[in-house]
Amino acid sequence: MKFLTLIVFLGSQLFSFANTIVVGKDKPISSITKGIELAKNGDTVKVYPGVYREGRITINKSITLIGINFPVIDGQKKFENMVISGINVKVQGFHFIDSKHSSSEDFSAINIVDATKIIIQDNKIDNAHFGIHLANSTYCTIMGNEISGKAVSEQSAGNGIHIWKSSHAFITNNHIQGHRDGIYFEFVTDSEIRNNKSENNIRYGLHFMFSHNNYYAYNTFRKNGAGVAVMYTHHVRMEHNMFEQNWGTASYAILLKDITDSWILDNQFVSNTVGIFMEGCNRIDVKQNLFSKNGWAMKVQANCVDNVISKNNFKGNTFDIATNGTMVSSSFDYNYWDKYEGYDLNKDGIGDVDYHPVSMYSMIIEQNPNALILLRSFMVTLLDKAEKAIPSLTPENLVDKKPKMRPFAL
Amino acid sequence: MMKLSKYVLYDILRSKIIIAYTLFLFIVSLSLFQMEEDSSKAMLSLMNIILIALPLVSLVFTTIHYYNSYEFIELMLSQPLSRKKILLSEYTGISLSLLSAFLIGVGIPVAFYAASETGMAMLFTGSTLTLVFTSIAFFASVRARDKAKGIGFALLLWFYFTLIYDGIVLLILFSFSDYPLEKFTLLISALNPIDLGRIFIMLKMDVSALMGYTGALYKDFFGSGTGLLFTVGVMILWITLPLWLAVRKFRKKDI
Repeated sequence: MKFLTLIVFLGSQLFSFANTIVVGKDKPISSITKGIELAKNGDTVKVYPGVYREGRITINKSITLIGINFPVIDGQKKFENMVISGINVKVQGFHFIDSKHSSSEDFSAINIVDATKIIIQDNKIDNAHFGIHLANSTYCTIMGNEISGKAVSEQSAGNGIHIWKSSHAFITNNHIQGHRDGIYFEFVTDSEIRNNKSENNIRYGLHFMFSHNNYYAYNTFRKNGAGVAVMYTHHVRMEHNMFEQNWGTASYAILLKDITDSWILDNQFVSNTVGIFMEGCNRIDVKQNLFSKNGWAMKVQANCVDNVISKNNFKGNTFDIATNGTMVSSSFDYNYWDKYEGYDLNKDGIGDVDYHPVSMYSMIIEQNPNALILLRSFMVTLLDKAEKAIPSLTPENLVDKKPKMRPFAL
Repeated sequence: MMKLSKYVLYDILRSKIIIAYTLFLFIVSLSLFQMEEDSSKAMLSLMNIILIALPLVSLVFTTIHYYNSYEFIELMLSQPLSRKKILLSEYTGISLSLLSAFLIGVGIPVAFYAASETGMAMLFTGSTLTLVFTSIAFFASVRARDKAKGIGFALLLWFYFTLIYDGIVLLILFSFSDYPLEKFTLLISALNPIDLGRIFIMLKMDVSALMGYTGALYKDFFGSGTGLLFTVGVMILWITLPLWLAVRKFRKKDI
């Protein structure tokens, strides 16, 4: 009983300490900077609608900053809008516009440095250089933000959500468009990226390097200049993501470079120039994905080892698999290929004839890209058939020994 | 002229071959769409029919019909009619019958199952290829007096356009792979109506693949308004040029 009284007492103390400071254009306190100055740890600062031009707003104590009906924080193209450091800060419901742009420094709308447990929620960020920039921080949540940029060239543009040397970040329900990279990670570990939408960025929808043990799920990446590129990372998990319409001469739904021990499961790759491009990748499971209407469903370079490509549906791709050599050390068994022409005598659902997913013509195009003009001509069809009968050019051991007769229900 | 074309059309309909051809196209395209659950795969098979079978049928049918109606043509020549008119009305009759066979046989199933841009591109290509190869067949049969020679010539032309030409192109592409051949490949595609038609369909069907590498160049050119104009213009040239040559030959020919 004593214990309970103590709790009630402490609780009431806690509530009495947490003050709310109101900031508004027609209120006694009319500037956000002033409001933050007056606030103590644990306080809430409520900001009423209006346009606030205060240069750089700095938060370095544990407060909750809440905007009502999206008050505008204007960087006037001269300042970073907000800098946050410390612990337990929440920023919600603001509209950040016109942060400072630079081609040499990483200015951003919200800059979070050396911080822990920061929540950035339901903000709108327009025309920022970098949208949200997170550095050397842990346990931060970036949630439900609408980030939209006006990137023109790769050199002058910044990223939507940029995270550097952090861990345990949680990025969810954000919508990012018109930046250089939608989401950019470098040295970020143990983080979760869920349910975001990244589109129309001029370079990559998602780009990460040296970011281990991260989990990407239910995100959509579409119409980005060069799709998604991930490099030099191990233990990545990508599930239920949607990659679509990443078109271009150097555009990949996912470019995997030196990725090891990772999982690419239940994703959809629709209408990309190249679905998955793998280079120097080891021990990746590519399972239960749908590849549909891509130019090349997968390009697996000869330096990839011990990858397992299984239980995927390949439908309506111009080419299923392309490779650049005869060395194949990955397994391609037990997939559904719509181009498979074999039969199934014992009715176990698995074709009795092996399927070679690399067509001769895809090898020819690899050597001589101009030959693409003859795609689907009678001549090429004949060459492909001849190659199927007597393989000479295509890698012999790139083969599905257990091709499925019917598509998997994914 | 219209009257003459009408008689040619009646004559063709009476032989029932054209009806069989219509039925064949109809049943094949219908069963393709029925069999494949994915309509894009059916479109692929249909494209092969359009690019390979259609020119062959147009060529052979036209040549045989020309030689079979030789006596009719002779009879007409004894009438006060210009030679040009006679040949052109023959052409109109045959091409109209082949065209309607195609539009009924393939057009109706496509309209039902795949009324997309790809479907429209396919119908356009099929129609123009029918006209082009009827025209080429006229050129071949007017040149050769002998029936066997005429049909042989037509078949050779078919082989050339469907197979040999692409082989030569592939050979050139590999022999000169060190040189920038992008513009060149655009040009040579125009020298073969089948290739041109194939690229036209491919632009709609394999968009994703065409966006990569050099494909983007083709896409930029053929996908643009100028490209469309270019395709249509070259196709019209392919229809009129052999026909014009045939008419010129026919006028001076000793029947």
